[in-house]
Amino acid sequence: MDMGPHATFIWTAYGLSATVVSALILRAMLDERRQRRALARLEAQGIRRRSDVAQERRG
Amino acid sequence: MLSFATLANPSFFMRLTDRVLPWLAGVWILLLAAGLYMSFFVAPADYQQGETVRIMFIHVPFAWLAMFCYMIIAVSSIGSLIWRHPLADVSAKAAAPIGAAFTLLALVTGSLWGKPMWGAYWVWDARLTSVLVLFFLYLGLIALWESIEDPSRAGRAAAILAIVGVVNIPIIKFSVDWWNTLHQPASVMRAGGPTIHPTILWPLLVMAVAFSLMFLWLHLKAMRAEILRRRVETMMMTRVSSAVALKAAE
Repeated sequence: MDMGPHATFIWTAYGLSATVVSALILRAMLDERRQRRALARLEAQGIRRRSDVAQERRG
Repeated sequence: MLSFATLANPSFFMRLTDRVLPWLAGVWILLLAAGLYMSFFVAPADYQQGETVRIMFIHVPFAWLAMFCYMIIAVSSIGSLIWRHPLADVSAKAAAPIGAAFTLLALVTGSLWGKPMWGAYWVWDARLTSVLVLFFLYLGLIALWESIEDPSRAGRAAAILAIVGVVNIPIIKFSVDWWNTLHQPASVMRAGGPTIHPTILWPLLVMAVAFSLMFLWLHLKAMRAEILRRRVETMMMTRVSSAVALKAAE
């Protein structure tokens, strides 16, 4: 693929965009996983949210 | 029929997005692949810009989304301030880092296009400067959320800044009409229709839809993580208060 005399500018623009977008995707996936693990750890310790307790009481 | 209260419920939101997100990811990945193929193998070199026109296929969607994301934050902020909607606050907070990243990419890709076309990476023209102000607004919002410990106070302060800052959006949009800028005027969303040839317009539109759906996916994922983070924080507080109550009883 010949991008002509300005190939460096074109590939740099696409390269930087791919890097930042990949970082955004990775951050989104890892953050949710991290919070899920923290939540599971707390639940395993028997700690529950007041809304969950109230919901159980309502049946 | 789903009521507003049901839709506003974070637990319902988690269940709904659990089902929607994999499909959404599939659609934006396919569209992005098609858009990249069209950008490099279907679209011809522009008669003036040459091959650098290919930078436009990413620069323009980033610039549109930079503004669109800010509007989402502003609308969410209104929902958060007026109706105290829990998801509105979550939405505003989750969107800010994504908007900042897209604004940065719009600035950087525009700069990389500007050097070969204008002969300069940066000029202090109204469009470029107002987009730089948008980037600083995003940084300000992120700083507010990160620096104020009480989440409800942080949310209120950020919501006020977001609503005040929305004045910058029409300035960005109409800067090319109001002032004599080096940046070209609107060529897609304008009265009288687009001025771009279809061979370049179609790849641009496919890329714009792909990036918009990717943004939606990123935003929903970030909202889910934020909801979970708040649940974790609530449970940590419950643990601390239980421990204090236990100690007092001894």
